[in-house]
Amino acid sequence: MARIIVVTSGKGGVGKTTTSAAIAMGLAKRGHKTAVIDFDVGLRNLDLIMGCERRVVYDFINVINGEAGLNQALIKDKNCNMLYILPASQTRDKDALSQEGVGKVLEELSREFKYIICDSPAGIEKGAHLAMYYADDAFVVTNPEVSSVRDSDRMLGILASKSKRAEENREPIKEYLLLARYSPERVKLGEMLSVNDVQEILSLHLLGVIPESKSVLNASNSGIPVILDEKSDAGQAYADIVARYLGENKPHRFIEDKKGFFGKLFGGK
Amino acid sequence: MSLLDYFKTSRPSSAAQAKERLQILVAHERVSHNQPLYLPQLQKELLEVIQKYVQVDKDAISVSFEQDGNQETLELNIVMPDDSTKRF
Repeated sequence: MARIIVVTSGKGGVGKTTTSAAIAMGLAKRGHKTAVIDFDVGLRNLDLIMGCERRVVYDFINVINGEAGLNQALIKDKNCNMLYILPASQTRDKDALSQEGVGKVLEELSREFKYIICDSPAGIEKGAHLAMYYADDAFVVTNPEVSSVRDSDRMLGILASKSKRAEENREPIKEYLLLARYSPERVKLGEMLSVNDVQEILSLHLLGVIPESKSVLNASNSGIPVILDEKSDAGQAYADIVARYLGENKPHRFIEDKKGFFGKLFGGK
Repeated sequence: MSLLDYFKTSRPSSAAQAKERLQILVAHERVSHNQPLYLPQLQKELLEVIQKYVQVDKDAISVSFEQDGNQETLELNIVMPDDSTKRF
């Protein structure tokens, strides 16, 4: 039986697709057979971030409608043979997704895969709702910024009330905080919410902090999930997150400002 | 307390402002999202009925909904004017 993880945020542009690609690759690299699904029908981008945009033949909607089999639509990743991508349709709109159709696809995937990552679209419309409906775990991607934190809180309310687990009165979805685009220097200057501030407001278990990093744009430019850039801070942050999710005890990194000479001279703690 | 902190304490940092605003907002929104959807309509209709008999203004009535475990409480509060016996 597979574990279904939704990567969600409410707000757009906070790093859901970057996170989905990195986490999926991280789990697959550790030998777990993983599928990553793009739920952003009409605005697909996971294929670009994963670097498989030219190999898309069939998509998620084709499978739901029975126009293609899952094996025809799944794209095997070029870097890791344990990872498969199910792209969204670019031509249909989100109404093409149905709860029953999504359920069937997830059920079929569950027989073959260990982890299924659902890359949610922004917003709280149908696509976002269906991406989280069947989830076991939720990775809530948040930026240390007011609108992102507010939208994450709204999303938490929806996760708690509108999922299949909630409807069936089962154990609720496990929610994890992934704080992305973090700048310890700005936090220190009082210009950015700290990881403690965000945790205090959202009361969420912190899975990891991903620092603001040039490597994320470089990775998306070349269509390689940033976790494969093992030298980069963001890549290492995602590797830590995968390890923690799998139960390893990794101390948090990228939270403290690496003090320079002047910082040491003037900094209190 | 470092030397720099001494110069920085003149007003709350923007991060502190963000935190305070978010805490208030999030607490407020959590309450309102758990309320049933009919609440605003109920409040409006109740006000209309009450205004037939008593001269109250629209702020005089408040309806609140609370959930505590399995128990749901609907609380209705009407502030009567000083001279509530006066008909119009």
